[in-house]
Amino acid sequence: MSQPPAYRREQPGSQPASHSPGYVSTIARSPRQPLVILPHTLSEITGPVYGHARIGPLDADLTRQHEGEPLGERIIVSGRVLDENGRPQPGTLVELWQANSAGRYIHVRDQHPAPLDPNFTGAGRTVTDENGVYRFVTIKPGAYPWRNHPNAWRPPHIHFSVFGPSFVTRLVTQMYFPGDPLLAFDPIYNSVADPKAAARMISQFDLATTVPDWALGYRFDIVLRGRDATPMEA
Amino acid sequence: MAETPLVETPWQTVGPFFHYALPFEGGERLATGATPGTHIIVEGRLLDADGAAVPDGLIEIWQANAAGRYSHPEDSQDKPLDPDFDGFGRTPTDEEGWFRFYTVKPGAVPGRDNAPQAPHICISVMGRGILRRLVTRLYFADEAANAYDPVLGLVPEERRATLIAAPGGDGTTYRLDIRLQGDNETVFFDI
Ligand SMILES: [Fe+3]
Repeated sequence: MSQPPAYRREQPGSQPASHSPGYVSTIARSPRQPLVILPHTLSEITGPVYGHARIGPLDADLTRQHEGEPLGERIIVSGRVLDENGRPQPGTLVELWQANSAGRYIHVRDQHPAPLDPNFTGAGRTVTDENGVYRFVTIKPGAYPWRNHPNAWRPPHIHFSVFGPSFVTRLVTQMYFPGDPLLAFDPIYNSVADPKAAARMISQFDLATTVPDWALGYRFDIVLRGRDATPMEA
Repeated sequence: MAETPLVETPWQTVGPFFHYALPFEGGERLATGATPGTHIIVEGRLLDADGAAVPDGLIEIWQANAAGRYSHPEDSQDKPLDPDFDGFGRTPTDEEGWFRFYTVKPGAVPGRDNAPQAPHICISVMGRGILRRLVTRLYFADEAANAYDPVLGLVPEERRATLIAAPGGDGTTYRLDIRLQGDNETVFFDI
């Protein structure tokens, strides 16, 4: 069988190091042996075409999943899923989760003494349209403390999980907000050592995405690994 | 390598609070009773540098069906597709670090230059403290084809055992622990 082109290798400096001691939990959970470079086979260039049937009409609007509206600043988060060659990725599953406006997750293990919001779960999913565009309605998450080091606070962020067309293109990241003073102190954000690379996780305030009298808009484009130009058999 | 106009967005950890968002009902069950093939359970524990359980991990698997075909438009092999088998599984680890999938043994799929690969399952490991996904593979101890699998061939011989799941007494349960660091650290791949 002839196989389609492989994906590009990771671009140097674009990703966090697994062992990033400033984020203490990485110390015992990161490999010490070198990774083995795996030239892509059919197993890597295929991947799950998954979950589309499981999406309900309200899954992309986190403000309408309960009886009432959640408290907090209503926002729209929208953007495109692209590959490194700039090509939009249509039909890809985007999943997201976040804390409520007080900085509290509905998760049972979240012990932060901030109120839960009975009208907010904080999980959503959608599929990109033919132009690779996704759009969520939600509320701005609050910052929350964690035990990594004394007086540690996570900057407000939204967790994103994206599949793309192959096993290689799988991506889980976090979206941050522009101008956040907590970013400078956050070891998870700063695990991406190159500031230019880290800044790719910061959304942009966007007046065009904003809906007048209703919700502020943020744009967040997500870039997945792209195809190489040369065929795999070469 | 030529520059691309864009660069991949950085990975970040799934953190400890993904459980109410990512796992889905039946995520660990890839095969139903009607799925053709040898029905197997694939299980193991996710362990840290000290051999302690990782109770807040997330494991995803990707595999071909029993005939050795992926449910994906770019797999154009002339082999039967099973419309009810998508080959994807996702499960959180439990309090003792266990993960467990109910699936069928995948058939062999071609590798590069059509060199045959031994049957295998692709694995993504995520969790709190895991900033970026760790990728590994599971092979089956009872497959003679392991001896000439081109990917296993890339792995230093003394570390290959970390990728090979042993069948249990019942012959249908394969166990593979994933050790993030330390003695017998699992081989992870740069893909
Ligand atoms: Fe978080």
